[in-house]
Amino acid sequence: MQGLDDLYREVILDHYRSPHGAAAIENAAVKVEGFNPLCGDELVMELSVDSDGRIDGLHIEPNGCSISVASASMLAQQLTGKSLDDAIALKETFKSVMRGESWPEGQDFGDLEALEGVKNFPVRIKCALLAWMTLEQALAQYDPELANQVEADDDIEVKTH
Amino acid sequence: MTDTVVAATPPLDVARVRQDFPILQRTVRDKPLVYLDNSATTQRPESVIEAMANFYRTSNANVHRGVHLLSEEATDAYEGARNKVAAFLNADSPQSVIFTRNTTESVNLVAHAWARRHMREGDEILLTVMEHHSNLVPWQLLAQERGVKLKFLDIDDSGHLQLDNLSEVLNEHTRLVSLAHVSNTLGTANAIPTIACAAHSVGAKVFVDGAQGVPHGPVDVQALDCDFYAFSPHKALGPLGIGVLWGRRDVLEEMDPFLGGGEMIRDVTLERSTWAAVPHKFEAGTPSVADAVGLGASIDYLENLGMSAIRQHEVKINEYLLPRLRELPWLTIYGPEDPHDRCGLASFNDNQIHAHDLGTILDQHGVAVRAGHHCAKPLMRRLGVMATTRASFYVYNDLDDVDHLIDALIEARKVFGLAT
Repeated sequence: MQGLDDLYREVILDHYRSPHGAAAIENAAVKVEGFNPLCGDELVMELSVDSDGRIDGLHIEPNGCSISVASASMLAQQLTGKSLDDAIALKETFKSVMRGESWPEGQDFGDLEALEGVKNFPVRIKCALLAWMTLEQALAQYDPELANQVEADDDIEVKTH
Repeated sequence: MTDTVVAATPPLDVARVRQDFPILQRTVRDKPLVYLDNSATTQRPESVIEAMANFYRTSNANVHRGVHLLSEEATDAYEGARNKVAAFLNADSPQSVIFTRNTTESVNLVAHAWARRHMREGDEILLTVMEHHSNLVPWQLLAQERGVKLKFLDIDDSGHLQLDNLSEVLNEHTRLVSLAHVSNTLGTANAIPTIACAAHSVGAKVFVDGAQGVPHGPVDVQALDCDFYAFSPHKALGPLGIGVLWGRRDVLEEMDPFLGGGEMIRDVTLERSTWAAVPHKFEAGTPSVADAVGLGASIDYLENLGMSAIRQHEVKINEYLLPRLRELPWLTIYGPEDPHDRCGLASFNDNQIHAHDLGTILDQHGVAVRAGHHCAKPLMRRLGVMATTRASFYVYNDLDDVDHLIDALIEARKVFGLAT
C-alpha cells in the first residue's frame, strides 16, 4: 500500500526497534519531559554540553508510537556531537518540513529524510514533532537566551526539572 | 443493559439495516468503510437525518414562548421527544427527563445542582477505576472545592468490578455512588441493581453514566434502582449535541437550578427570580429542538429493531470476535472473556505495534477504530498500558466486519516485518 510504505519505511522501523540515545549520560545539564496529552506519548530527554558548546551527550527515553520513537532516535543520532547552533538550525528545518516545506537542497539530512512521509498523515505529525519540541525546551532551559525561540504548542506539553 | 433476552426475539437483518445508513455507502481511502468506532459515536439512519431536516423545513420555531402555530408545533415536537425518552427508559414521568448537551453536561448538572447542595467536607463519593473522565473530573472539582473524599472500586483481572468489599467501602459518609453502566473501554456491564441496593442502604444516591448502556440493550431506570441516569443519544443513532439526564422526581424537585437564564424561570424581578417547574428549571436558554426531534426518531428506529434484538446481535458479534482475536497470539485482549459479560466491543494491544500505528494501518484498510486512552487514563494506568486499540460494533456491523478487522491486524504485522 503506497501510503503505508511511505510512512513506515524500513529505516523508521529500524530506529523504532533499536533507538539511539538509549545509553545513560553523565553530567546531564538539562532534563525535560515531553508529553502529548492527545495521544499520551511521552519522552524524557537529558542533554549534556561540553566546554566548546557542543552537545556531547543525549539520552532519550521515548514511550510512544513508532513515529515518535523513530523521530527521537534520529534526533539523538544527528545531534550528538553537534553545536547548539547546529541543533537549533536542524530543529527549525525539521519543524518546517513537517509543516509542508521541502528539505533544503544541497544538504544531507540522513535518516531524518525518511520522516517526510509523515506529512501525508496529518494526525501523526505531532508524533514526529514531540522530540523536537522537547529539545526546544531543553535548549531554552540550558541557555535562557534561547527561550524566545520556544514556540507555544497547544498539543505538546514540556515539563522541565 | 440487562441480559434477560427473550429467546424468541428475531435476529437483526443487518443487510437491511445497512441500507438505512447513507454513510455506509461511502468509501474510505478507496476501500469500503468498516466503521468500528461506534463507542465514540454511531452513524445516523436516514429517518433521523430526515426528521431533523423536516423539522427545519416545516416546523422550525422557538419553543414554549410563541402563540403562533409553528411554535406550537415545535413545542409539541420537543416535548414529544421527552415523552419518547421517558417511555424508552421506563421513567416514572416525562417531567423527570432533562435535556442537556451530552452525558458530560448531565454529570456536571448533578455535581452542581445536587451535590453542591448536599455535600460538605468529610462526605464521600464512591467511583470506580473504569470511569470515563466525564464521570471523574466533575467530582474531582467538587472534591477540591468542598473537601469531599473520593473513593474507588477496583477491577479484577477479568475486567469486572470487585464488589466483595462493597459493604466496607460504603459507610455513613458516602453521599453518592457514581459509575458507568457499561465500561467504554472494557465493555464490562456493571451490576447496577446490586450496587444501588448497597448504596441506598447507607443513604447514598446512585448516579449511572449510561453513555455505553443505552445503546446496547434494554434500559429500565426503575429496575436499575438508580437515582440519576445519563446518556448521549449520539452513541445510539441519535444526533450529536443533545444529552439526557433522568432523575428521580423527588430528588429533582429539591435541587437547585444549574444554569440561569431564559426558559428556566417562573418570575423575574430586577433583584431575584423564582424557578420554573422540573424539568424546565434545568433547561436554561433555547434548547436544541431539532436534535430532540432527531433523538425521538432514533428511539423510534431502535424500538423498531428491538433493544433485545440489538443486545442479542452484539452477543453474536462477541461470540465470533473474541475467539478470532484470540487466534492472534501477539494480541493482549482486555475485558471480560464471556461474550455475554460485555457490550459489542473489544480493546486490545499488539505486543510489538503501538495502538496509534495500528490505528493508522487499520484506517488504510478502511477500518475505523479508536486508538488511545479512550478518555479513561486511570483505567489505562490500572491496566499498565499507555493506550489500547478499540473496535466497537453496532447494529449495522456484521461478522464480515470482524473478518476485515482481523485481516487488517495481520496486514499490520507485515508492514512492521513481524511474524504472523
